[in-house]
Amino acid sequence: MIKFEEPIDIWGQISPEHGYTVHGAAGALPFKPLNRQALAMRIFLLVISLLTIYALLTIDYRSVDVAKAAADTLNNLKIIFLQPDTHRLSLRDAFYEVVITMGLAFLTTLFGGVIAFFLGLLGARNLAPKQVTNIVKGFVAFIRAVPTILWVLIFAVAAGLGSAAAVIGMTFHSVSYLTKAYAESFEELDRSVIEALSASGANWWQIVFQAVIPSAATSILSWTFLRYEINFANAVAMGAAAGAAGIGFDLFMAGGYYFDLREVGLITYIILAFAMALEAVATGLKGRIRQNPR
Amino acid sequence: MQADIFTRRRNGGLLFFTLLTVLTTGSIVITRYDVLKGFTSIFRAFAWGAANFYPDAGAMTKLPDILLKLKETVLMSVASTTVAAIFAMFLALAGSSTTGLCSLSGIITRGVASIFRNIPLVAWAMVLMLAFSQSELTGYLALFFGSLGFLTRAFIETIDEVSNKPVEALQATGASYFQVVFQAVLPAGMPQLSSWLLFMVDTNIRDATLVGLLTGTGIGFSFDLYYKSMNFHAASLVVILIVITVIVVEMISNYVRRVIM
Amino acid sequence: MALLELKNVTKYYAGPTPALAGVSFTVKEGEFVSVIGPSGAGKSTLLRCINRMIEVTGGEILFGDLAVSKLKRRDLRKLRTGIGMIFQHYNLVDRLTVIENVLHGRLGYKSTLAGVLGLYSREEKMQAFNIIKILGLGEQVYQRCDQLSGGQKQRVGIARALVQNPKMILCDEPIASLDPNASKIIMDYLKKIANGMGITLICNLHQVNVALAYSDRIIGINKGKVVYDGPPGKLTADLTSEIYGTESGELIVDWGERYAS
Ligand SMILES: Nc1ncnc2c1ncn2[C@@H]1O[C@H](COP(=O)(O)OP(=O)(O)OP(=O)(O)O)[C@@H](O)[C@H]1O
Ligand SMILES: [Mg+2]
Repeated sequence: MIKFEEPIDIWGQISPEHGYTVHGAAGALPFKPLNRQALAMRIFLLVISLLTIYALLTIDYRSVDVAKAAADTLNNLKIIFLQPDTHRLSLRDAFYEVVITMGLAFLTTLFGGVIAFFLGLLGARNLAPKQVTNIVKGFVAFIRAVPTILWVLIFAVAAGLGSAAAVIGMTFHSVSYLTKAYAESFEELDRSVIEALSASGANWWQIVFQAVIPSAATSILSWTFLRYEINFANAVAMGAAAGAAGIGFDLFMAGGYYFDLREVGLITYIILAFAMALEAVATGLKGRIRQNPR
Repeated sequence: MQADIFTRRRNGGLLFFTLLTVLTTGSIVITRYDVLKGFTSIFRAFAWGAANFYPDAGAMTKLPDILLKLKETVLMSVASTTVAAIFAMFLALAGSSTTGLCSLSGIITRGVASIFRNIPLVAWAMVLMLAFSQSELTGYLALFFGSLGFLTRAFIETIDEVSNKPVEALQATGASYFQVVFQAVLPAGMPQLSSWLLFMVDTNIRDATLVGLLTGTGIGFSFDLYYKSMNFHAASLVVILIVITVIVVEMISNYVRRVIM
Repeated sequence: MALLELKNVTKYYAGPTPALAGVSFTVKEGEFVSVIGPSGAGKSTLLRCINRMIEVTGGEILFGDLAVSKLKRRDLRKLRTGIGMIFQHYNLVDRLTVIENVLHGRLGYKSTLAGVLGLYSREEKMQAFNIIKILGLGEQVYQRCDQLSGGQKQRVGIARALVQNPKMILCDEPIASLDPNASKIIMDYLKKIANGMGITLICNLHQVNVALAYSDRIIGINKGKVVYDGPPGKLTADLTSEIYGTESGELIVDWGERYAS
């Protein structure tokens, strides 16, 4: 027979007719002492709000007529989205340029994936010693801290502006992202499986190719595609900011050089169509992988 | 049919690598990527970097200027993210299936979020440049629009994931819409939402460099200035300071995440 | 006196088959009614139609003298404050403390603003404390709910329902996620609530023997239709297998246990 922790005979006393009587010290207890998490949450929200307010107050509003600029921008957006048109760039050219951008993204993802594959093996806690995984993690964090555009521009000094600098520069962040993703995918294989295989005499490479890779293949492919989606967006940005080829460069020329809003509109629509298609595939793939590496 | 699995595996592998080769060759041809130059340039870049890309005494005199721009950039990233997060929160409440008004509002919000997310940051920067020219506001607004779509989508997912059960319970007690939002959705989702916000601040500091480069504002402008005038010592100082900032912000984010989760 | 009356209630979701097909019954004040039936029979749907978490397609539901399906938003809130609800997965805001979760039961009585800000009166807090103490959670008042065991979480759920001062409590499989030990504690509390406090209880259950042991009356539904409505004593093995649509021998019901308590 199971015993109750509390006597049940007080039950009659809490029925609505009897009213709710106060027992002992319960009524005197203060309501809601702040726990650590709640306190930290409040401090965080306070700090970030104060920073935001300070930032918004110290913006130099005098250099532009904000109301006019906002109205102009709205008007520009209307032209962009409602009256897209081709001028310098024919529709066929534009598609060809998107294909170039996709090619840049592909090469970047491929190089990044190959390098990240080896780094991922060294970064997986179940496959490599702790010192090695720490070194890999530090290296990857450093790469990530330098913005992609700066990697590209630094390489452009040696390789000249163009697709070579863009691909190599963008590869850095892909390596960083995919190393982390791959390492986490590899780590999903239980240590006991690795133990079982090494107990049967298999060496490290055999374990990697016979157990680790087959079990992580799906999530590796999914992560790689997710990175491809990001790289497509990056390739557009690098085309604009670092003169790499592709649709991004045309966007930059149309917007920053010819001030041709209708063509900006057309290019934006084309990029949007491709990016949203990639996003749709990526969303489908996300169900197949466990967590976001960032 | 016993050996089939092995032949199938092999054929699958073969197909995969053929496809990969075709796509790679196609990409190399179409992008005019010079494979040899690409690889040799890596080594040349490192050699060049070791020889030229480090801050010297002359670069240090630029330090106060750079730090000022850096502060501007960090504040810009934080403020644009926070403001975007507030807007994203309203959109996400309308778009989530647990707190949304109707299924139509969900579809519309998700669509709008997806459009905002996929319009390239460059396009925002270009368009805003036309009217706001080289003012700080250009950077703020570009980052704001860039973050809005991403945050909305992340927030919708968080709300759906975290709060549909407690929301059901509070609705059953007769709580009103805003009571449900403030007593169930926000308390349950706050840590996850904050985590997305921190992630976005981090991303925006790096993106601010790109936007700055395009629009002539903030730290991106400093880099561009030194880079174009071939003052690589000063440019390297900018890079080092950005790296330090990003890593520090990341460490703070990780710490905050650990405490509030 | 009849507290609740269902007349010919039907519910269609998207498809052509009804989830509820002409369900009618009345429930007296203070009655402990168990609803049993196979998975997908429409038990959860039935419960959620009563407090209009789901809109019915046809038929009428009367709670006291209120016609549930005709209520306006504001009156619907008032109706829901009078009906507590307990869930299989507890549906608590895990990150909040026990007392905060329990006080959520008071939201329906408050103005939106007071509820949004979480301002509760001294009486409300004391009442919450008392109920928590009586349910044996005095030690855990300020503990976060994600640190509690399943049985403790369900007691928080019960406390949240009780603090509403409800006339009736709806329980959707309150013990389906609990071990036998915790299940017995929860069921005993529910029995006390029905018998000691005169609150009407409608309880979806998966365990036939639990329903037999605790309830005053059993309603068996299958494919959205009431196939049994009567006291537990008259529920024979044959009738049970009719409810579940299986051969009687296959059901895992300990018929001896019904006389044990
Ligand atoms: N939101 C919904 N949309 C469409 N169909 C639904 C929805 N909820 C339930 N149904 C369908 O209605 C029927 C009854 O479901 P209900 O959840 O009421 O069954 P149940 O008796 O509670 O089952 P269980 O014991 O598994 O909880 C099922 O066929 C189910 O598929
Ligand atoms: Mg159910």
